[in-house]
Amino acid sequence: MRTTEIAIIGGGPAGLCAAISAASLGAKVTLIDRNDNLGGQLIKQTHMFFGSQKQYASIRGIDIAGILMKDLDKYQDKIELMLDATVIGMYEDGVIALEQNEKYIKIKPQSVIVATGASEKFLTFPNNDLPGIYGAGAVQTLANVHGVAPGKNVVMVGAGNIGLIVSYQLMQAGINIKAIIDASPKIGGYLVHASKIRRMGIPILTSHTVKYAHGKDRLEKVTLCRLDEKWQQVPDSEFDIETDVLCISVGLSPLTELLWQQGCEMKYVPELGGHVPVRNENLETSMKGIFVAGDVAGVEEASSAMVEGRLAGLCAAKALGYIAADFEEQKNDCLDQLNSLRSGHVGEKIRSGLAQVTV
Amino acid sequence: MRIEEHPILSFDKGRRVDFIFDGKTYEGYEGEPIAAALHAAGIMVLGHSHNKQRPRGFYCAIGNCSSCLMVVNGQPNVRVCTEKLQENMIVETQVGKGDLR
Repeated sequence: MRTTEIAIIGGGPAGLCAAISAASLGAKVTLIDRNDNLGGQLIKQTHMFFGSQKQYASIRGIDIAGILMKDLDKYQDKIELMLDATVIGMYEDGVIALEQNEKYIKIKPQSVIVATGASEKFLTFPNNDLPGIYGAGAVQTLANVHGVAPGKNVVMVGAGNIGLIVSYQLMQAGINIKAIIDASPKIGGYLVHASKIRRMGIPILTSHTVKYAHGKDRLEKVTLCRLDEKWQQVPDSEFDIETDVLCISVGLSPLTELLWQQGCEMKYVPELGGHVPVRNENLETSMKGIFVAGDVAGVEEASSAMVEGRLAGLCAAKALGYIAADFEEQKNDCLDQLNSLRSGHVGEKIRSGLAQVTV
Repeated sequence: MRIEEHPILSFDKGRRVDFIFDGKTYEGYEGEPIAAALHAAGIMVLGHSHNKQRPRGFYCAIGNCSSCLMVVNGQPNVRVCTEKLQENMIVETQVGKGDLR
């Protein structure tokens, strides 16, 4: 059986930063991703990031992936990459099982950083399974990575950051956005994104939801309706929009299967997207040697995922005896960055969620 | 429908290759996901639900949701949103849950 010191599952922003930070301290790292490329969802994010310089503010997500990959290259001798490799199990004895090239491979690491990210949530309404109804992230992948338009017209459900950003990016690709709707009475995403879209003349309809989707083999039309202050449908407020694409952007669920299998203590925290692991300040779960970073620990922005990755890498390495001379300083720098990313009104939900799972 | 002009992105495409979907020949780019090639060719229905035979397209496009399972070169339950297109690939609509060989 193969061995390694730190296995990192997921090579998105969190996993990449975790690998760089642990390997830079001398730990032997195995970085595993089910895709044939690293970068996770960064590779489709053409927008510039917020935050501060340390989290690559004002740089496009697609370019951040490149920067992180270059950093990773510096530690080639410490990092073993396993791509096209899907982790399918984590067992009681600490063994990780994965599938690569149709082979079943077992690895025994000394510790693990789970950075598996999150998946898109779904919305319930009649005919929600019609082709043409896609996750907003899926449409972003199709358009920005593969250069294929999802359709001619799009109605976007969800005025959070993903809904707003993907709408804008689809417009850049020449696709017509008919409307953005959100069940909430307020726009959830940053107002800079929302104003950019409104200036292009696209209506953002708050307090609206999807009542019905129509079509035989694919989406042709949606029926929308208004919601009152108690989130109930307003009678006779229905209206139709003809569209061949409906994008669903109603949040993400952490991909926590491996943590459940491992027996980590989990807690349901809606503010963080669903069930998330209980963890300490070092991002270690209730199982010793199992760390988490990024969306799997609670859905946030990629900026905080990168800082969490660095922190988890730092702490996992320390637990194995690779102690940075300035460990406390580096750790505090990470914690300060996270606090600042989660500060103010926009971070309120995240702060209240984290307070419930941090021990 | 392919995106031909983009203010930020340029799309590095593989070479143009033929593939077969349900007996008909289509063109796509080598290395792109099969689902992207099908979508560009106007094919949105990738399969049907087991019980009610309702049409299914992809949903997540990153290999998570299993909405896009098809038979590829005879192998069932292939996620075509991540499986890469190769020359002369034979892609078929899957009927049922697929058999172990």
